[in-house]
Amino acid sequence: MSEINPQDPQRPQPAAASVPASGWAIELEKINKRFGPVHANKDIDLKIERGTIHGIVGENGAGKSTLMSILYGFYTADSGTIRVNGEVHAITDSRHALALGIGMVHQHFMLVDNFSVLENVILGAEDSGLLKPSLDRARKELDRLETEYDLEVNPDAIVEDISVGQQQRVEILKALYRGAETLILDEPTGVLTPKEADDLFRVLETLRAQGKTVILITHKLREIMAITDNVSVMRQGEMVATVKTAETSPEQLAELMVGRRVLLRIDKGEAHPGKTLLEVQNLVVADDLGIVRVKDVSFSVRAGEIVGIAGVSGNGQSELLESVTGMRDQRSGNVVLNGNPLSLKGDDGAARARAAGLAHVPEDRQRMGLVTSFSEWENSILGYHETPTYGTGPLLDIAAAKREAAERIKTFDVRPADINLKGSLFSGGNQQKIVLAREMERNPDVLVVGQPTRGVDIGAIEFIHNQIIKMRDAGKAILLVSVELDEIRSLADRILVMFDGQIVGEADPATATEGELGLMMAGVTDRKAAE
Amino acid sequence: MSALRPLPRWADIALLPVLNLILAFLISGLVVLMIGQNPFVAMWAIVTGAFGNGYNIGYTLYYATNFIFTGLAVALAAHGGLFNIGANGQAYVAGLGVIVTALALDQTHWLIVAPVAMLAAALFGGVWAFVPGYLQAKRGSHVVITTIMFNFIAAALMIYMLNRVLKPAGVSGPESAMIEEAGRMPKLGQFFAPFNYTPVNFSIFVALLALVLVYILIWHTRFGYSLRTMGANPTAARYAGISNSRMIMITMTLSGALAGMVAFNEVLGVQNRLVLDFVADAGFVGIAVALMGRNHPIGIGLAALLFGALYQGGNELQYVISGLDRTVVVIIQALVILFTGAMEGLFRPGLQRGFALFSQESRAEALERSTVKSES
Amino acid sequence: MDMGAILSILDATLRLSTPLLLACLAGLYSERAGIFDIGLEGKMLAAAFAAAAVAAVSGSAWIGLMAGMAVSVMTACLQGVAAITLKGNQLIAGVAINMLAAGLTTFLGQQWFHQGGRTPALGPDGRFGAIQLPFAAELSGVPILGPIYADLISGHYLLVYIAFAMVAVTAYVLYRTRFGLRLRAVGENPKAVDTAGISVNKLRFQAVLITGLLCGLAGAYFSIAQGSGFGNNMTAGKGYIALAALIFAKWKPVPAMFTCLLFGFLDALQIRLQSAELFGIEVPVQAIQALPYVLTVVLLAGFIGKAVGPKAGGVPYTKER
Repeated sequence: MSEINPQDPQRPQPAAASVPASGWAIELEKINKRFGPVHANKDIDLKIERGTIHGIVGENGAGKSTLMSILYGFYTADSGTIRVNGEVHAITDSRHALALGIGMVHQHFMLVDNFSVLENVILGAEDSGLLKPSLDRARKELDRLETEYDLEVNPDAIVEDISVGQQQRVEILKALYRGAETLILDEPTGVLTPKEADDLFRVLETLRAQGKTVILITHKLREIMAITDNVSVMRQGEMVATVKTAETSPEQLAELMVGRRVLLRIDKGEAHPGKTLLEVQNLVVADDLGIVRVKDVSFSVRAGEIVGIAGVSGNGQSELLESVTGMRDQRSGNVVLNGNPLSLKGDDGAARARAAGLAHVPEDRQRMGLVTSFSEWENSILGYHETPTYGTGPLLDIAAAKREAAERIKTFDVRPADINLKGSLFSGGNQQKIVLAREMERNPDVLVVGQPTRGVDIGAIEFIHNQIIKMRDAGKAILLVSVELDEIRSLADRILVMFDGQIVGEADPATATEGELGLMMAGVTDRKAAE
Repeated sequence: MSALRPLPRWADIALLPVLNLILAFLISGLVVLMIGQNPFVAMWAIVTGAFGNGYNIGYTLYYATNFIFTGLAVALAAHGGLFNIGANGQAYVAGLGVIVTALALDQTHWLIVAPVAMLAAALFGGVWAFVPGYLQAKRGSHVVITTIMFNFIAAALMIYMLNRVLKPAGVSGPESAMIEEAGRMPKLGQFFAPFNYTPVNFSIFVALLALVLVYILIWHTRFGYSLRTMGANPTAARYAGISNSRMIMITMTLSGALAGMVAFNEVLGVQNRLVLDFVADAGFVGIAVALMGRNHPIGIGLAALLFGALYQGGNELQYVISGLDRTVVVIIQALVILFTGAMEGLFRPGLQRGFALFSQESRAEALERSTVKSES
Repeated sequence: MDMGAILSILDATLRLSTPLLLACLAGLYSERAGIFDIGLEGKMLAAAFAAAAVAAVSGSAWIGLMAGMAVSVMTACLQGVAAITLKGNQLIAGVAINMLAAGLTTFLGQQWFHQGGRTPALGPDGRFGAIQLPFAAELSGVPILGPIYADLISGHYLLVYIAFAMVAVTAYVLYRTRFGLRLRAVGENPKAVDTAGISVNKLRFQAVLITGLLCGLAGAYFSIAQGSGFGNNMTAGKGYIALAALIFAKWKPVPAMFTCLLFGFLDALQIRLQSAELFGIEVPVQAIQALPYVLTVVLLAGFIGKAVGPKAGGVPYTKER
């Protein structure tokens, strides 16, 4: 193994040949990565012991996936060193990582849907120009791997016909076929049913028993506690702790994950809830791929209260928001606005929701809330361009729209205060203010807000929070969805926690602790009952 | 971090198309040079052939009329994110509407015939584009493929109609009966002597009006707002409660109706009967015109005039340089489409970098932005 | 209809479906790799011209064929640079290629040969002749099978046999080789290919080059096999019919062959008949002409089966950051 020049990006021999029995499989030292202004990884140090399952937890955007993508060669680190089996390597691309025995199972599978399992396994790792020998070898090898790791898959099945859990097995088999000694799994249970997740854990345990190293990225503490040997916690691009799983508790991890951030104090009076304005009844919603994301959710929001939905992103909040605001058809259940059920059929449900008095500040303003190529004033009428405010008949009263935009840009202190500037040229905070101004200044009955302060600077956060409180005090029903726990805690009058498409609990922000909420967000709900 | 700052508006609207045009001219010039002719002589022949006298200008304007209509048709669809490659077929089928109504009413007066024929052209062209629009909106078939197929179906349909249905007894060629004198659209030459013997007719005013109306439609109506929203960001359109499927169908219909106006010009104003292939690829020129004109009516007007001049000047070229003719214009047109439509990436990044380097203002701004971001 | 008439229609079917088949297989390579190609027509036209022009000058059909393929490949390269390297709009690139070919072939034809855009008529050496398969004459006496062998199967241009052989070759390459596997993968999920460490753009360029080669064969067929010289716009929209056939065949080689045979048969039929009677109703010949297009539209709309193209088709690949 000493012949290999550590700096040589050319294919070294598979690590399998020279794996010592114990020690560090992976050592990361002072890894830094920036994406423009975002410092995604700050001086990360991490050591992964061979033959263990090592968990990495952290909130969304904590930098877990970036770090693993660097290890897998998908990104290149700005600085820092990577040691694989004690040797320094500059991993230049995924192929290099594979050659070093590092395999990755991506959150979104890298499979060709209309290929057979076998074809997917050999893609990019074929032995020769003709497929037959590769396919034959792969079939034998899969047979062996399947029995060795208890990973049963029909090699001739077409990928789009098999379940998501099976597809994940194909990804694992792909990595093992390429000689992976270290396997990275990025949020592997996000798409799995509980049964499938249990099966996966059994497989991971087998892998460990066979001497493989597993890195498990997740935000679910239950999984960490159930299966890992060691766990590292990341927060805001930094590695805050690495502990032995046996010596920690979910409470401690939740605290490390969320951090002891200073709660923004908001002057907020008592809520005086009035009549129910928004009611969600047994709502079931599927995403674009047909996977059910919202599973029988019911709740109501009354005038003059803020109901906050907490949860780690990807647990059905987006689909819930889209359905409540008329953008997404429901499988079953109802959304009732002001006592009238909202029809979600067709692709213009959002117009009906607005007509019924609902305003919507979307989660993703770049993709939804704004047309970035439009000027500020054009963006300030998005969704309201059919209203009489902007003229009668088919013509758009541009002068009226501009006048109004000019006023609002002042009220909401959007900078620069130029109504002719393109949407893309405003900063995140100012873009959000444009959206908020548009949605709040129309006196809606119900305001639905998703991630109001995502990517927004501190100064604007306070302003945005105060505006939301003002709306509540004016007697509006407000539904707030945010992955920022402190935001929910400081704004909401009631907190609903969403996990895996369901509302798993309700809490009073005045009494609930961060730990309790963190556990619920991580899907640990039966803990109290168990104790 | 990868996104460079967008170009200043003027560079986007004027500089880039002009650069692409210059490149297209350069390459065409090389082709001319290659066959041993002087490209500058050819160029001058085109210019004088297009604008040298009233007769030339009349022809230039006649071509431009068609190109305005098809350019607008392509541009309107493009604003909605749709690529209507079927303007040719839509214009062709619209000819049916024009000839049927014109032959029915031609005993009366052109002032009666014209509006009816115009509506018929819009209707026939619109329906021919609505079907692909419907299939895209409701059945998910790609509008590009469908409109290509509809071009060929239109060609077969029209050959049949001309040979079997519209051909009067005693005529041998595949063409319809002539429209009576009274029902024909007056030519501008009747009122303005320099345009005598040229086909330019009153439809050019319809074309100019269409430029204005499309401008208003796109930038001053609720419909246009919805259209541009869909074209720029279909998800935002859905967020705004705009029905994308309805918009696709309406947009394609309007686009087809605009393309249909070519038939109004050709059949009622120029040929005065329906003949085979009267559209003469105006639909494809429309793609070049729309790309060159940046989908803006003013740009389309100018680009249509440019291509009208190239077509007319190209016709005259053969009298100046023996052997050189309009096909050289087809080459220029193809290169314009290639450079402005498919190889936008050729100049844009370089220009953006250039502007970032040389503009003091944006440099200061960029510096400021980066410092603000890194502090927070 | 007697046997002779049937054989002659089928014979024409083979001749007419050959260029469709070559172009259709050409399109199959790039579309399977995720590049929509509406520029098949242009590449064929350019090749037809180049083949005829060079064959006329050199007096050799083979040199003509090489020239046709070379020009077609160069055109494909231009398209590749626009659609792959510069990540431009694939559809507009195709439109531009078609127009460029139409303009350049007419222009250069006129300039070089001064025959109204036609290239000089080719002598016997300048074009491919019909090939008599062994024992054709001897076996022609055998009832039924004899005439089929001698009149239908034997006696075609070399390119006809190449075209049908290419069906088998394409099926083999696509489904039995590493290149085929990667090609199919890159049109469906380029990111999967990228994470497996294979260059997406290189693979797509290779596909586009093969498309160029096959379009070159198709174009040469028009001008130096079926015809004896190039005429203006001599491909007459066949590139678009090939595109329709490709969709109709759901991007698969063997169905592509049958679709091209069907479309070729319709073409042969309409040349032979002025109109046909169907259940007592007169069917105009134009209806037969339009049938391939109508069938494709109906199929695309999902009224009979469903034609779903390669998933990543039409989208330039950018590694996301």
